[in-house]
Amino acid sequence: MLRKYSVQLILIALGGIITYIAYQELVSLYILTVLMFMGVNIILSSSLNLVNGYMGEFSCGHAGFMCVGAYVSSVLGVLLFTKDKIFGAPLLNPDLAVYLFPVIIIIGGIAAALFGLLVALPSYKTRGDYLAIITLAANYIIISLIQNMDIIGGSRGFMGMKKVISNMEDVVYLPWMVIWVFVFTVGSIWILRRYVSSVFGKGVSAICQDEVAAEIMSVNTNKIKTITFMLSSGLAGIAGGLFAYIVGYVNPGSFNILKSTEALVMVYLGGMASLSGSVLSAILFTILLELLRPLQIIKWVVIPLILIVLMQFRPEGIMGNRELSDIFPKLKRFYRFK
Amino acid sequence: MTQQFGGLTAVSDFNVRLKNNRIAGLIGPNGAGKTTVFNLVSGFYQPTRGTISVCGKPTAGLKPHKVTALGVARTFQNIRLWNQMSVLDNIKVAQHGWLDYGFFQSVMRTRAYRDCEERIDREAKDLLEIFELENYANDYPTNLPYGLQRKLEIVRALSEKPKLLLLDEPAAGLNSKDMRELIRLVRWINETYDLCIWIIDHHMDVMMELCSEIKVIDFGQTIAEGTPDEVRNDPAVITAYLGDDNI
Ligand SMILES: Nc1ncnc2c1ncn2[C@@H]1O[C@H](COP(=O)(O)OP(=O)(O)O)[C@@H](O)[C@H]1O
Ligand SMILES: [Mg+2]
Repeated sequence: MLRKYSVQLILIALGGIITYIAYQELVSLYILTVLMFMGVNIILSSSLNLVNGYMGEFSCGHAGFMCVGAYVSSVLGVLLFTKDKIFGAPLLNPDLAVYLFPVIIIIGGIAAALFGLLVALPSYKTRGDYLAIITLAANYIIISLIQNMDIIGGSRGFMGMKKVISNMEDVVYLPWMVIWVFVFTVGSIWILRRYVSSVFGKGVSAICQDEVAAEIMSVNTNKIKTITFMLSSGLAGIAGGLFAYIVGYVNPGSFNILKSTEALVMVYLGGMASLSGSVLSAILFTILLELLRPLQIIKWVVIPLILIVLMQFRPEGIMGNRELSDIFPKLKRFYRFK
Repeated sequence: MTQQFGGLTAVSDFNVRLKNNRIAGLIGPNGAGKTTVFNLVSGFYQPTRGTISVCGKPTAGLKPHKVTALGVARTFQNIRLWNQMSVLDNIKVAQHGWLDYGFFQSVMRTRAYRDCEERIDREAKDLLEIFELENYANDYPTNLPYGLQRKLEIVRALSEKPKLLLLDEPAAGLNSKDMRELIRLVRWINETYDLCIWIIDHHMDVMMELCSEIKVIDFGQTIAEGTPDEVRNDPAVITAYLGDDNI
């Protein structure tokens, strides 16, 4: 009984504690922001791990899908709930933002999932290096599209999301961003975990290990690829939407190949096909990024260097194909996360 | 049916009618086009000319997973198990074509999802027990002895409840003890399940013991057919195999 619900209880407690800390302003805004970035990074790395780790494809354009989610939910929020120079008066009562915020984030995710088709459809016939190039192209296509859309600011970027958040806080004063980042992070892991542990989702690993055998053994490989790419990019879109509302400002430049590389580093640091690895590495990586911030651009010498060292000495990453419960089997007695 | 790869005619005007509850054989020298025949039947290639039907249903235009759902299961000349998945999962994932749920139900863990997963788990465990593989259920296939890997691949194909079971060189690489075991296994499957088995193999003794009829192909052409004894004494077959020390 306790075992069955222990994870849920811990998560609820954790969410409660974080919300309380944020509500009472027990820590600085800076630390809160870093915590929220951790959530965003956890979603990014675990969703990318679905494609790169579980399915064995090499996607290096994850930030593109993040960009779609960021822009769709930002524009939607500003359009619906705030008075904007370009879009004019809010289309809906600004007070509704407090209820509709998660819907907006999810719509951003759905839009990103649709852009995932940009990679999913070519994947029927293409794999490996060639598909990797397609993911790179998808990343560029998305960024260039947005750079050329002047109505949403083009390459100058887009802002106004802070106003949506303050509308929400005006209705009910709660640290809304902290709450929603937490909920979406837990939700994403939970969806991924359930997907890859079902017989249906194990079709993803079957494709990774031997695609021909998978197809002959009755796995509809095209369908599984479509679902997997769309789920992965959809979750990246959700991460993007959250990121946009945390920062309050987005521009296409922040979703370029450098951002995709960050996601890749987290996946390889954590280990392929390991969700707990991706969570762990996202947390470590976020902290590392902050510690290296004084180095400014030099950090992009240090981080790839870490990757090289990692590939030399522990190519399978921190966890590599294992979950926490595989390393500490005793943990199974205390929790069941499904 | 005929299959061409560019200018090469791998299989030419091949014609066969397989009968239920029988074991048929397909032999021929290396490169004769035997595996290509299996690839055609399992939907991996579409024939350049000709048609294939399973229980009266044509398979033209169907993707391999659909052909499998119609009742064709197979093994591969080089074992193709999923090696980073447990033995049990190898059987379970092969049930993909018969799942009663999709993505959303897998996330929501609906009733249909739980019933279906339970059923598959039970059936897969039962099957492993029938074939005495239950002790390996949680091992990776690569940790199994070679003979058992071959067996597991047959069991995985059988788990799809096929009407036609294609075995591509199941005896390749087996020692003589494992080969006896294989003959027993195939015969037992033939007697127990309601299906038709079609075997490719080079080991004539295996084929002699198992098959009730054999077809011989060479360079894609059917050069002989008949009972094992008829085929063995056919001069065309002897010529085709001349120098091949498998016979
Ligand atoms: N996908 C393919 N593309 C081109 N040629 C092929 C292909 N598959 C098989 N072949 C050729 O067809 C011929 C028959 O091959 P195969 O059916 O594998 O022979 P075997 O009787 O030994 O199983 C060979 O010459 C092989 O090189
Ligand atoms: Mg062959």
